[in-house]
Amino acid sequence: MNKETPLTLLDKPNSYVGRTLSRDSAKRAVAGRGRYTDDIMPARTLHAAFVRSPYGHAKILSIDVEAAKQQQGVALVMTGAELAEMCTGPWVGTLVCFDGMKSEPQHPMAVDRACWQGEPVVMVVANSRAEAEDAAELVTVGYEELPVVIDKETALDKDSPVIHPNLGDNLAFEKTIETGDVEKAVSEADIVIEDTFTFGRHTAVSLEPRALLAEYDPGTERLTIHTSSQCPHMIQAVFARTLGVPEHNVRIVAPDVGGSFGLKIHTFGDEIAATAAAIKLARPVKFIADRLESFATDIHARENRVKGRIAVTKEGIITSVDIDVRSGAGAYSQYPRTSVFEANQILNITGGPYAHENYRASTQVVYLNKVPTSQYRAVGHPIGNTVGESLVDQAAAACGIDPMEFRRRNVMRDDSYPRVSAAGIEMRDLSHQKCLETLVERMGYDALLEEQAEYRKKGIQRGIGIAAFIKGTAPGPAGYYGAGGAPISSQDSCTIKLEPSGGVICMVGVTDQGQGVDTVMGQIAAATLGVPMESVRVIEGDTDAVPYGGGTYASRATAIGGEATYQAAMLLRAEILEIAGVLLQAEPDTLDILDGHVVDKGDTASRISLAEIGRIGHFQVAELPNHIQHTLSATYRFRLKDALYIFTNGIQGAYVEVDTDTGFIKLLNHWVIEDCGRVINPQLADEQVRGGCVQGLGGALYEECVYDSAGQLQNATLADYLVPMAGEMPDIEVAHIQTHTGVSELGAKGVGESGTGAAPAVVMNAVNDAIRPFGGKVTAQPMSPETILKALGKV
Amino acid sequence: MKAPKFNYIKAETRQQALELLDQLGEEGRILAGGQSLMPTLNMRLSQPGTLIDINKVSGLGGITLEGNVVRIGAMTRHVEVANSPIIAEHLPLIAEAMQHVAHHAVRNRGTIGGSIALADPAAEMPACVLALGATLVVESVKGRREIAAEDYFKGLYETAREANELLVEILIPVEKLGDVSVFLELAQRHGDFAMAGLACVARVSNKTFEDLRLVYFGSEDKPTLGTGAIAAVVGRTWSADCKEAAANALANDLDPMTNLQGSAAMKLHLQKVLTGRALDAAIERAGAA
Amino acid sequence: MNEATLEISLTVNGEQITKTVPVRQHLVDFLRNELGFTGSHLGCEHGVCGACSVRVDDAVVRGCLMLAVQADGANVVTVEGLTETGEIADLQKNFVERNAMQCGYCTPGMLITAAELLHDPKPVSREEIRGHLSGNFCRCTGYHAIVDAVETTINKRLEEG
Repeated sequence: MNKETPLTLLDKPNSYVGRTLSRDSAKRAVAGRGRYTDDIMPARTLHAAFVRSPYGHAKILSIDVEAAKQQQGVALVMTGAELAEMCTGPWVGTLVCFDGMKSEPQHPMAVDRACWQGEPVVMVVANSRAEAEDAAELVTVGYEELPVVIDKETALDKDSPVIHPNLGDNLAFEKTIETGDVEKAVSEADIVIEDTFTFGRHTAVSLEPRALLAEYDPGTERLTIHTSSQCPHMIQAVFARTLGVPEHNVRIVAPDVGGSFGLKIHTFGDEIAATAAAIKLARPVKFIADRLESFATDIHARENRVKGRIAVTKEGIITSVDIDVRSGAGAYSQYPRTSVFEANQILNITGGPYAHENYRASTQVVYLNKVPTSQYRAVGHPIGNTVGESLVDQAAAACGIDPMEFRRRNVMRDDSYPRVSAAGIEMRDLSHQKCLETLVERMGYDALLEEQAEYRKKGIQRGIGIAAFIKGTAPGPAGYYGAGGAPISSQDSCTIKLEPSGGVICMVGVTDQGQGVDTVMGQIAAATLGVPMESVRVIEGDTDAVPYGGGTYASRATAIGGEATYQAAMLLRAEILEIAGVLLQAEPDTLDILDGHVVDKGDTASRISLAEIGRIGHFQVAELPNHIQHTLSATYRFRLKDALYIFTNGIQGAYVEVDTDTGFIKLLNHWVIEDCGRVINPQLADEQVRGGCVQGLGGALYEECVYDSAGQLQNATLADYLVPMAGEMPDIEVAHIQTHTGVSELGAKGVGESGTGAAPAVVMNAVNDAIRPFGGKVTAQPMSPETILKALGKV
Repeated sequence: MKAPKFNYIKAETRQQALELLDQLGEEGRILAGGQSLMPTLNMRLSQPGTLIDINKVSGLGGITLEGNVVRIGAMTRHVEVANSPIIAEHLPLIAEAMQHVAHHAVRNRGTIGGSIALADPAAEMPACVLALGATLVVESVKGRREIAAEDYFKGLYETAREANELLVEILIPVEKLGDVSVFLELAQRHGDFAMAGLACVARVSNKTFEDLRLVYFGSEDKPTLGTGAIAAVVGRTWSADCKEAAANALANDLDPMTNLQGSAAMKLHLQKVLTGRALDAAIERAGAA
Repeated sequence: MNEATLEISLTVNGEQITKTVPVRQHLVDFLRNELGFTGSHLGCEHGVCGACSVRVDDAVVRGCLMLAVQADGANVVTVEGLTETGEIADLQKNFVERNAMQCGYCTPGMLITAAELLHDPKPVSREEIRGHLSGNFCRCTGYHAIVDAVETTINKRLEEG
């Protein structure tokens, strides 16, 4: 916030908060002692493999599983129809918060029709994955091919085939938001820029694929699932409800998770199938997606076409922005988070850093015979930021104003919050101006411009890119998901306990996938309680152990889970001091806790250790008066109140070199200045930004799920779907502006997606800066060499 | 995905390998470095009856200089080629090309013979052996046969080697004193298969190409000699006009394949760019020598 | 066709092992499923991601592109073995301190690949380190921190001779 932030326990000298500390899980990882789902190998485990639709769209005429059943080692062959009988009903991927949205009911495996290539049709469960695949090859499925819908531009045409006749057309959702008067602004503007942008389909490519191990005990009727997940409680709810097992009988454990990026906030039919097999067979059943089926079944994202327009005065002031988004979903809306969030986010954030007041944004989300789409890191932001920031660059060029200066004139003032954005969303505690000036300094902007000019003289084309951004983090309870009817919690909790040894157990609903969520929660707890970091153990990722929560997604873990941990620790601290006050005959507010000992405020001498309080509190309670009914534990649950999101902001800079003969782009430097509010662990925050950036760069330069006209995915291997590797990526300089959010006392906003959200925008702006003197302009991602050469008119 | 069932025989001797190849016919597959075969097995794209592992067969590896010829055993790993002083001194084209071959771990296991036997159109070694006028030696139970590189590459993954023949060695004439070579490749990421690439061997005198071989890969179904481009350049003093003539001639030499990496038109464009760059570099290297 | 099997004898992380394995099983499935060395990971099983990298007879290889039966008679070392011998203790410490991993799934392969630069350390540029690691996919870090950790380790070893 812009006013002085009051000091808290977290701001004490030598506080663990604001300090770089190493992660315990890193120590395990380097020794090869990580424990991922596939590393767990109970005796008698069976393995599932799937027969998947080879067609983009086909009627299933017949299924012959007899030969497969006869195969050595096969325990079960199950069709989609058989699985449907074990389920309470098909999924419908709609949420009431998306007015008018529609989706066809979807069974976990196709029953009489397959709607994308890769949709599971038959499951084979055998003693080994190899044997399951052997048997799967013997399953014969008779198909009748149906017409496919592949191109989102024509999917709503009258003569287009309709994927789900019950829906009437291929429209999943449409929406328009409008503030001010765009047409008036456009008609009065000095300069109007219009352009069309296209974005390829991406997928998350977590290095550890989706993984699940289901075990069912018919005696206790307990179902235990180890799965590579970000959201154990959501998985618990969906699996329990789909398979008709009481929720409290279902335990979800997320062990080490080998990358997730939004992929692992979802539920998939093949995982339901494997779990059903475990229930039916009463034996452990494991399903590990291989890389090929990952490409053909993991959620996809980012396939959008956006027409955008910006109106500006000749002084370089933005007066309006309007966009029209055609978003290509898959064959069904992904249950339960839907496939329309991305388009909705593009509407929410495009042009979001700027102070203009006229905005219109509309979208149509259409069904295609492709893998269902849903949330992938920085949902919608790479698209909205690329469109907005490219339009801004083009407008600046048309005005003859330096793009940095142009942004300086248009960003929301740092002293203007709280305010409402042109998209109608409340913005508070942002710092666009501070970030921009920091970027100018960090990238040595003026010197860089001179250097670029020198290189131009030598025939070397370098480009400088800038992209300001906002990022919606930590969605609140009033907006989507839970509010829309999904079993997804937007609040999160921490239960914290003092053990007899003086050690602290901190159980959180948010989960760690390597970001260091556990370390960060430990730092907050230790700093708040006043105990050494080593005496805090954080437990996450187990629904039997942790209080209910939404898990980790949308950069919410620190913002929501961190505040819950802080407040829970405050409650426990108060209880400890109350007990200490009784034992020491002192007023609690004259006491403090330092390094695991209760001390007099302002002093360092131990009056009593937390171990002693733990011992007395658990074993010698007779020493305490009856009115102290302590539990030596506390639970706090935190949620946003009215806010749709906490928003963060920042700005990125990029320096690239374009080989105008080959279309190859070399990334030279990259800068990110971002404001995630209070930084708990600077190194972990930096690395979130760096990793996120490279994920964005991959999308901007290489990544695309390519479909042919029959709905066949053309590049479903890691050799053909190009991800960013070490050789081509730049070093990335990161700096943080820390404007605490006022929605919590902790003040953290979330940092996991800031890199991804704007990296595609900034690198595209840099490339266009490099090729502008040749009249070239790129508006399509990925920016392959061919895209660049076409922009330059060379091919 | 896991490999399908197959039988596996570890050949102890060259003779045993040849006999197995002869007996098994289409059912038998040679397992050399495995860096291309194993992925296809793991994706169930190939289903051989029997793998004949030749990794333990002696006498199939090694790099030796024999007069004016470098002999490279087919089982020589890429890493050995990359680190060989003989290659560095006598076949600098191959030394330069090795920088583009896959990644460390793959080079530790993959073999030069495997690369040439498979004849991936985007691979580096087939282009190099064609540019250098190598001879490929194959053996079967019936005996030994030498095939000129120009006669060896027939089409997409198609070579003059018969199903019962084993590629045993590659004989490459040393690059002559005064020759220069240039290897250029465009791949989006380090170690990827080429989008476009060019192996160039030249004799330059006084900024004039006296002799020249330009072999293109990554764009055609097989490594392809740019005969028209060569003719446009040889005997002329190197100039911008000459560069343009070579590029123009290339349109008749090449018939690029459109694939995921890009269109035929883009590939032709890139090969033209590489031609100019390679010849510029050849002139420069000749001048520096 | 019946499952063809063969008995193999090899050394894994210093221990002599004899086992009968299906001939189609690749080395990493053998190490993980038969021996419990789960430090080597499968990320693609087609030789691209590098998560399965292990050392066979002193050379780093893709464990998914080699059959277990081909390791008959070989000396195989995984990240667990490298940890026990302390050979890369400095590299591991620098990975932890620099947070050169997030989810950790690529880390064993990354360490084994980076270790090749440490046998006989020479001054290397960041670009060379990037080139050396370019066959190992990391989706989390963006590589910067990994390059830092490797660079620090090499420089320290060079300093200490």
